[in-house]
Amino acid sequence: MEGILLFAMEHGSLSDLSASTFSLMDEDHTLANSVRFTLNQENMDSSVVGCMGCALRHNFYAYDMWTVRPRVVFCGYSIPHPSDNKVNIRVQTTGTISSSLSDPAKDVLKDALENLTQMCQLVRSTFGKTVDDFKVKNQ
Amino acid sequence: MSKKKVSALDMPDVPMGQLPEHLNLQRTRLRCKADAPIHYSGAYASMGVDNSVDIKNFNSNFKVEIVRLTEDEIEFDMIGIDAALANAFRRILIAEVPTMAIKKILMVNNTSVIPDELLAHRLGLIPLDADPRVFEYLSENDEPNERNTIVYKLDVSCKKGSPRITVKSDHLKWLPNGSELEIATLDKSSKVKSYTSFSCSQNSLPEISKKPLGVKHDDIILAKLGPGQEIELEAHAVKGIGKDHAKWSPVAATWYRMLPEVVLSEEVKGQDAEKLVKKCPLNVFDIEDLGNGEKKAVVANSRACTFCGECIRDVSEGLVKLRRVEDHFIFTIESVGALSPDELFIEAVKILEEKCHRQIVQLS
Repeated sequence: MEGILLFAMEHGSLSDLSASTFSLMDEDHTLANSVRFTLNQENMDSSVVGCMGCALRHNFYAYDMWTVRPRVVFCGYSIPHPSDNKVNIRVQTTGTISSSLSDPAKDVLKDALENLTQMCQLVRSTFGKTVDDFKVKNQ
Repeated sequence: MSKKKVSALDMPDVPMGQLPEHLNLQRTRLRCKADAPIHYSGAYASMGVDNSVDIKNFNSNFKVEIVRLTEDEIEFDMIGIDAALANAFRRILIAEVPTMAIKKILMVNNTSVIPDELLAHRLGLIPLDADPRVFEYLSENDEPNERNTIVYKLDVSCKKGSPRITVKSDHLKWLPNGSELEIATLDKSSKVKSYTSFSCSQNSLPEISKKPLGVKHDDIILAKLGPGQEIELEAHAVKGIGKDHAKWSPVAATWYRMLPEVVLSEEVKGQDAEKLVKKCPLNVFDIEDLGNGEKKAVVANSRACTFCGECIRDVSEGLVKLRRVEDHFIFTIESVGALSPDELFIEAVKILEEKCHRQIVQLS
């Protein structure tokens, strides 16, 4: 089933939302590679993790392997044809440990884009501050 | 294949026309190695190491250090960022940060030896001293007005009997009131319309009145006129991006390289040290006196290394290790002039944020 949006399309199945291909118009390597990078870093909120024994969620404070829960099983992008201004981003997500819910690929992609925006804002503010300090120092 | 490593000189002789076994394998077979991906968050999860880059980590690890900042050029280090983002910024700087450049030429008279289109091409490439953030884009359906167009006039003639004139970019005059040419209509009674509809003079706009809109460099040669030749034209500049045409690219060149790391795995003393130091064309190595007449080679300036490979040639393998630090980028931006290089970088980051925002909106 395809969800048709103005400049982006999601190709996936309605029964399993955890894996989709997003077709973005008017995009190229610039955004796609950056989003692929942030998708690869996507983790579940490490403080709330599904308990292995039951379906409830507990807070784990000990830092061990189980608090780092990646949300993305597979992510990648391709450009179907260089003449078309289109990029396909494939996202396949893990479920939670209880596996009764699985992260819809759309939400994971949205979170990755939000993270990318935050990173850009941090880059901007750090750079701006450093430039101002440099200019003041080298009057 | 034997597991023991055999020197190439000790291998059995092979008849002419045949390759030794290891080269034949290299020629005919593609090896599948156990290369696991390492650039995702769970890569080292089994060893308890979190390889992810979340916002808190990024904030504490990310640093910028400025090496050089002039009016036209900046060189700075970005530490703690990934190649994907660094490349995205580089691509946006070249192709997607908007500038103002001449797009349309209204030719009144051109009797020079330079054809109209060549002259138009040259005019388009002239860097203009106009801040593109003050202007809006002009699309096909819009009226050219003071918010989206800058009008220039070029009117040079060479009188008969006088020597040749070189038409330079300082002959371009800014017309803050818009186009002076009238659109020809058959209806004589109607009001005279010019090619642009400026509702007020651009001089009166607060953002523009601080500095007149001219060209960045006065000495760009546009054409040469002989006696009796003349050029009279009007040029309209609009906002655009480098993706559309390179004249709208705000940078002359922008590039990054990863910080080189040169490491000596063993001590190099005496004569060998001197030889090593001499080999490097960029003085990456230096001699350190150890006191009792002994000399040792040390790595003095690995940042200058260009990986020419002179120091690993004719030297025992593995003595000098040439590596790059994966998350340390040395960025250089050379601006053409409209915006200063540090402003350009900030605009580029803003544009990446806008792209993300656009996609987030579409996914909601």
